[in-house]
Amino acid sequence: MSKFLNTASIFATFNATPNRKQISWIKAFVFALCLVPLLRLFWLGFQDNLSANPIEFVERSTGFWALFILLATLALTPVRLITGKVWQIQLRRMLGLFMFFYACLHISTYLWLDFSFNWADITKDIVKHPRILVGFAAFVLTIPLAITSNNAMVRRLRERWKQLHRLVYLIAILAVVHFWWLVKKDIREPLLYAIILIVLLGIRIYYKKSVKQTKINHKAHNPNQQPV
Amino acid sequence: MIIQTKSDIIPSEITPKEVFDNRREFIQKAGFGLLVGAAGMVSNSLYAGTISSGTTEGAGRLVGRANAPAIYKPGGTRQKISNYSKTSYGAGEKLTAYDDVTTYNNYYEFGTDKSEPAINSKLFKPSPWTVSIEGEVKRNKIISIQDIYKLAPLEERIYRMRCVEGWSMVIPWIGLPLAQLIKWAEPTSNAKYVEFISLADPQQMPGVNIPMLDWPYNEALRMDEAMNPLTIMAVGLYGEQLPNQNGAPMRLVVPWKYGFKGAKSIVKIRFTEKMPQTSWMKAGPNEYGFYANVNPLVEHPRWTQSSEKRIGAGLFAGRIKTQMFNGYTEQVGQMYAGLDLRKNF
Repeated sequence: MSKFLNTASIFATFNATPNRKQISWIKAFVFALCLVPLLRLFWLGFQDNLSANPIEFVERSTGFWALFILLATLALTPVRLITGKVWQIQLRRMLGLFMFFYACLHISTYLWLDFSFNWADITKDIVKHPRILVGFAAFVLTIPLAITSNNAMVRRLRERWKQLHRLVYLIAILAVVHFWWLVKKDIREPLLYAIILIVLLGIRIYYKKSVKQTKINHKAHNPNQQPV
Repeated sequence: MIIQTKSDIIPSEITPKEVFDNRREFIQKAGFGLLVGAAGMVSNSLYAGTISSGTTEGAGRLVGRANAPAIYKPGGTRQKISNYSKTSYGAGEKLTAYDDVTTYNNYYEFGTDKSEPAINSKLFKPSPWTVSIEGEVKRNKIISIQDIYKLAPLEERIYRMRCVEGWSMVIPWIGLPLAQLIKWAEPTSNAKYVEFISLADPQQMPGVNIPMLDWPYNEALRMDEAMNPLTIMAVGLYGEQLPNQNGAPMRLVVPWKYGFKGAKSIVKIRFTEKMPQTSWMKAGPNEYGFYANVNPLVEHPRWTQSSEKRIGAGLFAGRIKTQMFNGYTEQVGQMYAGLDLRKNF
């Protein structure tokens, strides 16, 4: 996250909003950055350097990056709320789709490399283990979001699009729980992501409340004026 | 099933290379006179395999009688173990690579990531080392690691190791039957269980500073499990003294149970009348039971237990079926006759 947030905070510090051209450069840069974890896996794979348990390594790595990018996606709005900047919102769809991309790799690793498409075993694994069930649910919920991510769908669904894409909050919670239940005893890492998620969601709630409060105050003082 | 010696097998197929090499050396050095003795060694190690898979008598005494006792050499660097005899345990199993065995470790005292123990244990000092024997014994004793090496001839045992997390390895351990150590310890008739307590030294083990498990790590076996010929105190692997990350200088190996039963860097052995509570039982009573026998029919809340990933098999190898008692039913099954393994997981 640090790399992306730094980009954002550098712009915030200089109080500059990138122009169209700059934004397309930033987009290209973030796009390339998001491919690095995948290229790293290929690189390590070719060198036979994916640890003693390569399947677990790929599973953990793709899962981690899906969660990481998801948290980065969820950080864009808090950046807007705090800095007032809006340009970074233009990165949201790309980041969201990269999250979906890594989630797809993650679940493909699980279904193919780990379980060799043995559906009987997979079904049993999903039903018997809450950790897998929660992760699987999170993945299923990302599918409609990915499908409705294009402009045509945004236009077509309008208000309902917004409601639908609020699912991302639930997906993030499920993803963190999925990770939490993976670890046997050392919960430090999942705890960190849980805290980040709580902060990111907390900022939203805080701003929403304070906006409401301002509106109420506004109404109370100027009963005739419509809230903007 | 795999450790059973086939009667029709020709000796050259299972006689270990080292024994053959030794024999040639003997012949060259001492001539015909020693040939008889060397041949005796070969037949002893064959015999041991048959005996130990069939009876409850400790096989250790029969193995390598011709060998001088192996000597423990202090120091953290890789040390060859000079005298140990091969057994037919695990014949036909493909060994997990040394690098995988020594870089993929669950040893929380040195970190919870499996790559951490190999790094964080580099400065660990497995010597000098003593093990104290206490509880239901004739008298409390202390034994040095050097003396444990001399308690019984060392044997190589190639065992499958199944981790509760759903992966497995095949490891050529070197050790002595735990039964030999227990006989030396002289437990009283009150001793129904044996508890193994690991070192918890915050100076050397960074993980101990985090109250993750109830340190020191402890594990335990029922007396008959501890006396079973399959159960060994391992002091080495791959012909060398145990690497620090694998539990130097001495660890428990119980091949029909999940790997966490194998307490590492043992400093205390306590005989008890009541079933001890182990570290993992305390950490997750609904997840880790006292017995922790490998059992594909009893599911774990986190990991599939009906199948496993064999380390080193590669990215596209898929899973293999997990066997009841990790494939050692013939040797250990009778100990659990009448026990509800679903309740006593």
